[in-house]
Amino acid sequence: MANMCPYGRFTHAVVRGIPETFGKTAGDSHENGEVTVDQAKAQRQFGCLTGALRQKVGLQLIEIPPDPELPESWRIEDVAVIQGDTALITRPFKQQRRSEVDAVRRVMSELNLTIVEMGDELGDSGGATLEGSDVLFTGREFFVGISSHTNRRGAEVLADTFRDFAVSTVPVCGGARLKDFCSMGGPDTIIISNSDGAKKTLRVRMMEQLTDHHYEVLTVPEESAANCIYIKGPSKRDFLLHRPAEECPDSISAFQKLPDYTPLPTACSEASKLGASLSSFCLLINRKHTYF
Amino acid sequence: MTTESGADSEAKQPQANKEAEKGKTKAAADPASPQKQPEQLPAAVGHSTPTRKDQEQEEDQESHRSSTSRLSKSPLRGVKKVKMMQCKITLLDGTDYTVNVEKRAKGHVLFDKVCEHLNLLEKDYFGVTYRDVENQKNWLDPSKELKKQIRTGPWNFAFNVKFYPPDPSQLSEDITRYYLCLQLRDDVVSGRLPCSFATHTLLGSYTVQSELGDYDLEEMGSDYVSEIRFAPNQTKELEEKVMELHKTYKGMTPAEAEIHFLENAKKLSMYGVDLHHAKLVGNLYESLAPAEGEDSEGVEIMLGVCSSGLLIYRDRLRINRFAWPKILKISYKRNNFYIKIRPGEFEQFESTIGFKLPNHRASKRLWKVCVEHHTFFRLVSPEAPPKKFLSLGSKFRYSGRTQAQTRRASAQIARPAPLFERTSSKRYNMSRSLDGAPITENHETPVKDGTGDGVPKVLAHEDIITTVTTERKAEEEKEEQEEVQKAATETPEATEMTPLRHDTKYSFIRRAKGENVFIRHSNLMLEDSEPPPEVVKHQTNISELKRSFLETGSGSGGPGQTEWEKRLSSSPLRSPRADESPMIEPLELQDANDEQPTEEETKQVVGSKDTVAAGYLVKYVPDSIVTEGATSSGPHGISLSTTMDDDVFINGTLREEAEGKSHEEEEVSDRSDVKVSPGAVRQEVSQAISDKKGTLIIFKQPENKENTQDEGTSEKKSLPAPIELETDETEKETEAPAAVKGQTSVVEMLSPTVEIKTGDTAQIKNIDSPKKAMASWISEEKVEVSQVIGVFTKKVEELKTLDEVQQKAEGIQSKQLESSLTHITVSEASAASLAVSTFGWVSPSQKASADQDEKPVITENEAEPVTSKVPDGVDVPSKDVPVVHTETKTITYESAEVDTNGDADAGVLLSAQTITSETTSTTTTTHITKTVKGGISETRIEKRIVITGDADIDHDEALAQAIKEAKEQHPDMSVTKVVVHKETEITPEEGED
Repeated sequence: MANMCPYGRFTHAVVRGIPETFGKTAGDSHENGEVTVDQAKAQRQFGCLTGALRQKVGLQLIEIPPDPELPESWRIEDVAVIQGDTALITRPFKQQRRSEVDAVRRVMSELNLTIVEMGDELGDSGGATLEGSDVLFTGREFFVGISSHTNRRGAEVLADTFRDFAVSTVPVCGGARLKDFCSMGGPDTIIISNSDGAKKTLRVRMMEQLTDHHYEVLTVPEESAANCIYIKGPSKRDFLLHRPAEECPDSISAFQKLPDYTPLPTACSEASKLGASLSSFCLLINRKHTYF
Repeated sequence: MTTESGADSEAKQPQANKEAEKGKTKAAADPASPQKQPEQLPAAVGHSTPTRKDQEQEEDQESHRSSTSRLSKSPLRGVKKVKMMQCKITLLDGTDYTVNVEKRAKGHVLFDKVCEHLNLLEKDYFGVTYRDVENQKNWLDPSKELKKQIRTGPWNFAFNVKFYPPDPSQLSEDITRYYLCLQLRDDVVSGRLPCSFATHTLLGSYTVQSELGDYDLEEMGSDYVSEIRFAPNQTKELEEKVMELHKTYKGMTPAEAEIHFLENAKKLSMYGVDLHHAKLVGNLYESLAPAEGEDSEGVEIMLGVCSSGLLIYRDRLRINRFAWPKILKISYKRNNFYIKIRPGEFEQFESTIGFKLPNHRASKRLWKVCVEHHTFFRLVSPEAPPKKFLSLGSKFRYSGRTQAQTRRASAQIARPAPLFERTSSKRYNMSRSLDGAPITENHETPVKDGTGDGVPKVLAHEDIITTVTTERKAEEEKEEQEEVQKAATETPEATEMTPLRHDTKYSFIRRAKGENVFIRHSNLMLEDSEPPPEVVKHQTNISELKRSFLETGSGSGGPGQTEWEKRLSSSPLRSPRADESPMIEPLELQDANDEQPTEEETKQVVGSKDTVAAGYLVKYVPDSIVTEGATSSGPHGISLSTTMDDDVFINGTLREEAEGKSHEEEEVSDRSDVKVSPGAVRQEVSQAISDKKGTLIIFKQPENKENTQDEGTSEKKSLPAPIELETDETEKETEAPAAVKGQTSVVEMLSPTVEIKTGDTAQIKNIDSPKKAMASWISEEKVEVSQVIGVFTKKVEELKTLDEVQQKAEGIQSKQLESSLTHITVSEASAASLAVSTFGWVSPSQKASADQDEKPVITENEAEPVTSKVPDGVDVPSKDVPVVHTETKTITYESAEVDTNGDADAGVLLSAQTITSETTSTTTTTHITKTVKGGISETRIEKRIVITGDADIDHDEALAQAIKEAKEQHPDMSVTKVVVHKETEITPEEGED
C-alpha cells in the first residue's frame, strides 16, 4: 500500500506529561498499590525521553499537558493506534482511562489524521477493548496481543480499521502486555526477550507461524530490555531508545549488535514500576506521508 | 470414487493409454461412456500441438463455413456425432464470450479457447470457474470433461485468476498483468480484497490512468471518474481523491499504471487468498486467544488458501497460519478437512488439525485448491498422481505448470508485445453486446474496436482466433455444422492417434519454442503415511514415470507409466479412490532457489531409503537449484535451457556430502525433515530433466564396485558425442571425487578457477566455436585418460589440468553460475567450462565407499546453454555462428562406488552378452559383462537406450523409467552411472548434419 513502507519513519511524537498523581492508578488502586514511585524522578526521566526524541532524533514533539484527574494519561501509547494517516482511537480496558482519549483525539485531528473511533457504538456487545501496548505494528502487519486489557473484539475493530494489513492475534497471559516483551528494533527487526518459556512460545508463534514475512529477531535476556523505541529520524539515521545499562545490564551487548545505530539509553525505572516502559510514553506519527 | 483400476498397470501405449485410462477412471467415478476417447483426443491433441492452431482453425472454419471441406477431413471416422455445446464465459472485464465446444470436450479445450481469444500466453495463472448446483464456484478441471463437471448446470463459466502471482512484476507480458489487474479490481470492488480508503484511492487512481490515460481538463472535466468503480462503497470523497492522484500521473503509460496498481495490490494482506468457511473441530490450541475462555469447538472460522500456505481467520483476524513447509499432509473425509502439521520447535509429535466444512463438496473443493496452490507455488514441477495401489483417496493432482515452470516458459515468449485495448470495464453502466463480438474479426482486423462492445480487444498477431465464430450463427446452423465439425474433429483424431502424446507436451512446448521447458512433472508423491520403502518408490517414481514412456508393458513400469502418461495428458484427476485421503507433501524448496536441501537431508534420505533412487534424487537437487538460480537471475537466464545454439551447458553437479554439507546448508532453513528434502529433490530433478530433448541414455549397472569407468568410457566412445561430454565434465566432477579424501580441497580449488572463468567470460563469450573446439579437444583427452587410467586420482589430476586449460581457453562461464549458488559454484563452473556438454560426474568415493547402499549417488548436471545466462554477449555470438547444428546435452549420473575400483581391465572376462530390443521410439541395447577380478566376480550391465523421436517423447521419463527398470530387474545390483546424451537438431538449415 501506499502506506506500506518500512517501519520506523516518523516525523512527530505525541507525549503527555507526568501528572502529580503519577503512581496512583486510576480508580481502584489495588493493582499498583504497594509500589512506591518517585514522581519527580519520573518527570526527569520523562524529560530525558522527550529530549532525546526532539533533540537527538529530531522529531517534532507535541506534548499534551498532564491532567491530574487522569493519573495514567502519560501512558499515551494505549489510547491510539496510528498507521499512516489513520488514527484509531482505542477503548482502554479501564473505564477510568477512557476519557484520556479526548485530548489525544484533538491532537490527532489537528495533525489531519483520519480518526477512527472504536468507542461506544462498537463497544456494546461484550465491549471491544484495545490498548496500544498490546499492538505491535511492524510496517507490514499487526500483531495484537489478546490480554487482560485487549480483547478479540477490539482486535477486530483494529483489523477493520487497517484493512490493508494482516492482523494476527497472539495470546498474552498473566496480565502482561504484548509490548512488554517485544518491540520493533528496525524495519525488519523485532526485539524479543527470551525471559521465559511462555514468551518463547509466543515468539515462535509470532515469528514463525503467523507471518509470511521474515523478521530478524534480536533476543535480549531481560524482559525490560525488549521494549525499545526504534525511529529512523529525519536525518535518516537509525535511533534506538533503550533502557540503560543499569536497568538491563545483560542486554546492552545485544543492542550493540545493531550496526550503525545511534543508541539512546533512556531510563524508565519509575514508569516500569507501574508496568509501563519506554514505548508507553509516546505515539509516533509520520506526517510526511502525503501521497495525496 | 473408485479405489483402483488395475488398468493402469497395463497401459502400454503411451498416449492412447493415458487417455484411455482417464476415461476409465472417470468411468469408474461416474458411470459414463468409456468410449468417448476418440472425440476427446482431437481436442487435446489440437491444443498442444504446434499444428493445433491450424487444426482448430480448420475445424472452426469448417464449422461455421459449411460442410464443404468436411469430406476431406472426416474420412476416417464419421461414425460418431459430436455434439457441440455453447459455452458462455464471463471474462474479467465483465463481458461474456461465447464459444462452442464439443459436448465431451475436456476442460482445457474451453480454457485454451478463452486464452486464445484473450491472446493470453501466460495462462497458467488463470482458470475457468463454473457454479455447481449449490452455486459454489468450482475450478474447471482441465483434464476432465466439461459435461461431467458442470453436470446438469448451465454451460456458463467465468474466466478468473486462479493463482495470484506474489510478484506480478515477474510476469512477462503486460497483457497478463492487465488481466490480473482486472481480476483484482473485481476483487476489490466486490469486497473480497478489503482495503483501506487510502488504498482504494491509490488503486483507483492507477485504474483511471490505465484506462483513461493522462488527465486532461478539457476532455475530462471534473466528474470523469464517477462511472468507474473503485470500491464496494464508493463515495464522492474517494472519487475526488482518485482524481487528485490521477492528475499527478501525467505521462504514465497504461502498462506502468498497472504495474503500480499491482505493486500496491500485492501487498494487501488478503491478496490472492481464497477463503473457505469452516468450523473448528477440536481445539486449535493457542490459535484462539485463551482470554476468551470459550470452547473453540465449532467456532466459525475462515480458511484462506494462498501462495504461502493456509491461513486461518476468525472474523477478520488471523489466528493461525500454516506455511506449506509446515504442512505434512492434507486430506479430507466427508465434510472434514484435515491438515497434519509438522511438529514445531517445542513439540514432539506432529499434530492433525481438523476443520468441518459445510459439506462434502466444500471440503473436497478446499482440498483441491490446497493441492493446486501447494503444487503451483511450492513445487518446481507437479506431482504425479498417487499410484492406485499405494494410497486411497482422490487422485486429483494439479497437472498444470507450476509457477517455476511457467516463469521459465514465459521467459521464452518471444512475440512482440501484443496490442490490446484496455476497455472501460467495471463501469456502473456496463453495456456489453455479446452478439457482435466477432471473433473472426480479431483475427482479420487485428486492431479493432473493442470499445463498442465493451469487449476487451485483444489483437492476435500470430495466433488467429477462429474458434468462436460459430457462436453467432444461428442455432440451426450450428446443428447442421455439428455434423461437419464432428467429422472434422474426428479426423484429426484418427490421423493423429500416434501423436497423442504430443498433445501434452505440446501444450507446454508451445510457448517455449523448442524449449525444453515443458515440464513434465516429477512425479513423486510422497505420502507420509507410507512406509519408507514406499516413499522410496515414490521418489523413484520420477524415473518410473519417465520410464513408462519407454517401456511398453513391462511389469515394473506399468503403474508408473500410466500415471505418468496421464499426467502428460495433463489430466490430473484420475479416478477417485474409495477413500479420500489425499496427501500432499511438504516441500521445502522454494522456487526462489534459496533453499537447498542440505546434505544432511540428502543423506538422510539416502539412508532411510536404501534405494538408489533416493540417491539420484539427492544429486539432482543441486542441479535444479542451479537451474533455478539461473532462471531467477534474470529474464535472460530463463532462456538458457532453450537456446539451442550454444553448446555450453551449466552443470549443476552435486558434489556430494563432502562439500555440500558445509556450503549448502545455509540456504535450507526450513527443511527440517528428511521427508521434506525428498520432495524438494523431486522437484528439482524434474526441472533438471525438463530441458532435455533428445535423450540418449546409457545405463550402467556395475554390481560390484569395480570400475565401470573404463568400460564406460570406451562404451561411451562408441557414442562420440556423449563421450566427449562426459569426459569434460567428468574432469570437474571427478576432481571432487577423485581426491576422495582431499575432495574438499579439490573442490575449493575448482571454485576459484570458476571465478576466474567468469571474469573471463566477457572475453570469451563471443567465441562459441572456439569453446566447442576446446571442449571437444578436452573431451577427447579426457576420454583417453579415462580409458587408460582406471584410477580416479589420476583422472583427477588430469582433470585439473584440463580445467586449467579450460579455464584459460574458455572464459565462457556464465555469470549465472556465480549468481546461482555459492556451494554449487564448483559444479557450475565446471559446466560452464565445458563448452559442449554438461556432464555430471559424481563420485562419492569416500563416503560412498563406506556405504554401498548409498552408492547410488548420482549427480545430475543440467545442461543449460550458457547463452541464456549471459544473455547479451553469448547469445548474439551464438546466433551469428551457424556452426552449431544440434544441441547436445549429456548428463551423467554416477555413483561413487564405481570409482573406487580404478581398474577396469583387471578382471577376467567371463561372459559377455548383448541384447537388443526395440520399440517404436526406443532402442535398448543391453551389454552384460561378467568378469572376475581378484576373486571377485563382477557383473556389469550396460544399457544403452536410444530414444529417437520428436518432442513428443518424454525423454526424461524414458530415462527415469530406464533407471527404474534396471533397478528392478537387478535388485541386487547398483546403478553406477547414468549418462544421458541429448542431441537436438536446432535448425535444419543451420545444421551441418
